[in-house]
Amino acid sequence: MRIKTPAQLKGLQKKCRADIDKHPRRVLICCGPGCLANGAQKVSDEFKKILKKKRLRGFSVEALAETGCHGFCEQGPVVVIEPDGTFYTRVKVKDVAEIVETTIKSNKVVKRLLFTDPATGKIIRKYADIPFYSHQRRIALRNIGKIAQCDINEYISVGGYQALGKALTKMTPEGIIDEVSTSGLRGRGGGGFPTGRKWATCARIEESPHYVICNGDEGDPGAFMDRAIMEGDPHSILEGMIIAARAVGAHEGYIYVREEYPLAVVNLARAVEQARELGFIGDDIFGSGFSFDLHINRGGGAFVCGESSALMKSVAGEVGEPRAKYVRSVQKGLFDKPTVLNNVESYTNIPVIIDKGGAWFAGIGTPKSTGTKAFSLVGKVRNSGLIEVPMGTSLREIIYDIGGGIQGDRPFKAVQTGGPSGGCLPEPKLDLPVDFDTLTEAGSMMGSGGMIVMDDRTCVVDVAKYFLSFLNDESCGKCVPCREGLYQLHALAAAVSEGRATEDDLDKMEKLSEMIVIGSLCGLGKSGPNPFLSTIRYFRDEYLAHIRDKRCPAGVCQELIRYEVDADKCDGCTACIVVCAQNAITGKKKELHVIDQDKCDKCGACYAVCKRDAIKVY
Amino acid sequence: MVTITINGKVVQAREGEMLLAVCKREGIDIPALCHHDAVEPFGACRLCMVEITKDEWNGWRNYVTSCLYPVEEGLIVQTHSPKVIELRRTVLDLQLARCPNSPELQKLAAEHGVNSTQYEIVPDGDNCILCGLCTRVCARLGFHAIATVGRGHHKEVAPPLKEAPPDCVGCLSCVQVCPTNNITYEDKGNVRTIWGKKFELLRCSKTGKATITKAFAEALSTRCDIPIDYFDVSDDEHRRQLALKMGSLADWAPKEQS
Repeated sequence: MRIKTPAQLKGLQKKCRADIDKHPRRVLICCGPGCLANGAQKVSDEFKKILKKKRLRGFSVEALAETGCHGFCEQGPVVVIEPDGTFYTRVKVKDVAEIVETTIKSNKVVKRLLFTDPATGKIIRKYADIPFYSHQRRIALRNIGKIAQCDINEYISVGGYQALGKALTKMTPEGIIDEVSTSGLRGRGGGGFPTGRKWATCARIEESPHYVICNGDEGDPGAFMDRAIMEGDPHSILEGMIIAARAVGAHEGYIYVREEYPLAVVNLARAVEQARELGFIGDDIFGSGFSFDLHINRGGGAFVCGESSALMKSVAGEVGEPRAKYVRSVQKGLFDKPTVLNNVESYTNIPVIIDKGGAWFAGIGTPKSTGTKAFSLVGKVRNSGLIEVPMGTSLREIIYDIGGGIQGDRPFKAVQTGGPSGGCLPEPKLDLPVDFDTLTEAGSMMGSGGMIVMDDRTCVVDVAKYFLSFLNDESCGKCVPCREGLYQLHALAAAVSEGRATEDDLDKMEKLSEMIVIGSLCGLGKSGPNPFLSTIRYFRDEYLAHIRDKRCPAGVCQELIRYEVDADKCDGCTACIVVCAQNAITGKKKELHVIDQDKCDKCGACYAVCKRDAIKVY
Repeated sequence: MVTITINGKVVQAREGEMLLAVCKREGIDIPALCHHDAVEPFGACRLCMVEITKDEWNGWRNYVTSCLYPVEEGLIVQTHSPKVIELRRTVLDLQLARCPNSPELQKLAAEHGVNSTQYEIVPDGDNCILCGLCTRVCARLGFHAIATVGRGHHKEVAPPLKEAPPDCVGCLSCVQVCPTNNITYEDKGNVRTIWGKKFELLRCSKTGKATITKAFAEALSTRCDIPIDYFDVSDDEHRRQLALKMGSLADWAPKEQS
């Protein structure tokens, strides 16, 4: 069946809604990567098996939906029973029968599976009442967790593709661009370039054909916002892209996805197929005469291919290396033709902007950074997971109200934003509003939205060393400052962490960093020294402690520390002896244990396992 | 035409012309290692970077690779500002840490005041500075026999799968463009060896000198529609024959004695 008019789509929406609402209750099982790793698929299979066998009145297997990531990965596998929004955490296969009996059949609650707020100790029943969710505002992630992850009917049931219908039948391309410009939407991949201006520039260029590209090559360590959207709500990306194509006059588009996201590749491909069947992709969409085709390209795993010009080369089948963008890609992009490239999250926002209007979107967030932003909140924070907040929310609100504070109530040390080439911000910066310009001013950046929280047991020199090593590995190697400069910067950071560096080396690192920033070809190189620059800016004392005192204050850098047993605290439980791979710890049960410093390789396993805090780092 | 200012001098240039070409025409010495007129500008070595600004930029300056930067009206260029000089030195210093034994690089670095590297010497290095000229020339000629493989610090120039490249014709273009003479080959008797592949060398039927490889002759013959027997004699011999022919037509040429 092909949808030809917006009215026909409205009819289909009613039917889809009715199909879903015919069940008195609905089971939403999170099948995002975090929950799948914890066994969500088995939980889902068990639900299907029991629902089939029991034949409950009014229920069929269709009452079950495998959804995208709910975001609260810390508590997975997550199961939500709608319409009440009963929220079950850490559900195991053995719990399924009880949930079916108690909640689905009798609408009662299985208390032991509910979420307990670690801050207050209160048991919370409903999804919306949990602080992790109640402080969020979800626009880009609006459907994820609420609809089955790869079903166009479910997407249509929540109003999907109506914005496309409106854009194609009631708006001109200029009108679409105006609406996006009014919204103030800025590129969510991290660049923060105004999307409306990008589209307008591209639309003005006479050379044809034009292309639209979606950048789904999310490569930052610890980031999974785009992954969640591609897996959980692929149709919202498609809808945004088709609207963009109409606005800039493109008839062909590409989605570039990392090969490391197999489920995203599968779900996007299925979504394209489903959209083609209903006529949202193909010729004469909504009877408007506009035609559009979409291809999916899989990336080979190079971080640098997330850079727009490298990505376009990769799509064209060439080596994925960036080029100097003195001539912009809106002018000369894919196959040297005018190209609009946006990030997954940017496209997902488009249908909402078209539907509710640019002014509505501009009313959220701050005047210069409008709307919301998704973050993957990870590290030493209690509630790690996928979140979305209005721009301008403070780091403190994100880390303490949504994230629930630091694990084990340890002191906060720094938060790393903006991915590997972002920066680390210390305690005094926690009240900064999160928006593009403020973060850049503070020496970090928005990036695509990775947020890694660190406690006092994190050494910033070690962190800088890790990210420099990542960037050094992922440099494409085309230009000298990035390839050789980051290599040397990493070598110098390693020297600091091993206590071999002098204060002159710090000067050398700062000078080299400046040259890498101005001398590199692309954004990866230009922001490459950021892990060093932001940590030296805020944590110079810690660098000096490594250099002058040959001491790692956080107790991390292996060359500068030793582990010892605190005789007053050790109760001889042998836990450390069991985990020591070097057999460096001796002692009998209930007697004091001793670490042989010659054998110890300073892996820290004893430190991590000791429940009595009896292993000390010096 | 556009008007730009280079080091205080007002200069005219064609719109869209690359800045490096304009500077060279003005006799300004700007170093470059990855640039060659036979291939598209690449912007990898970063030595040709210059400082640019415009009156309307309110003091904001940018650093760009002149080989890739199309000139535009009102551009104000500094080719040897302190920052630019420091940048060139840093780049040469970093390259020296990678290729400490390259005489060409040592010479260029010394000319810019870098006599030894202050950085850690990169282990297992050769003299390849990864300028990509060899691979780009090879691609430009349509052979694509070699390419850069890997990335970052592990990047290197190699044939596919690091085996004898099936598409190589032994033309030696890569050898000729290499700024650090890092690509080696061997001509022995009628056999040329390069990139681990052996080629038969043709000999000039007149002089007996080795000319080009048979594979290259065949490729040229097919692609340029030249009869294959053209390659029976060397280019030098072709020129000599032509000169003789032209000479015999001239009025002043001594008439052959009958």
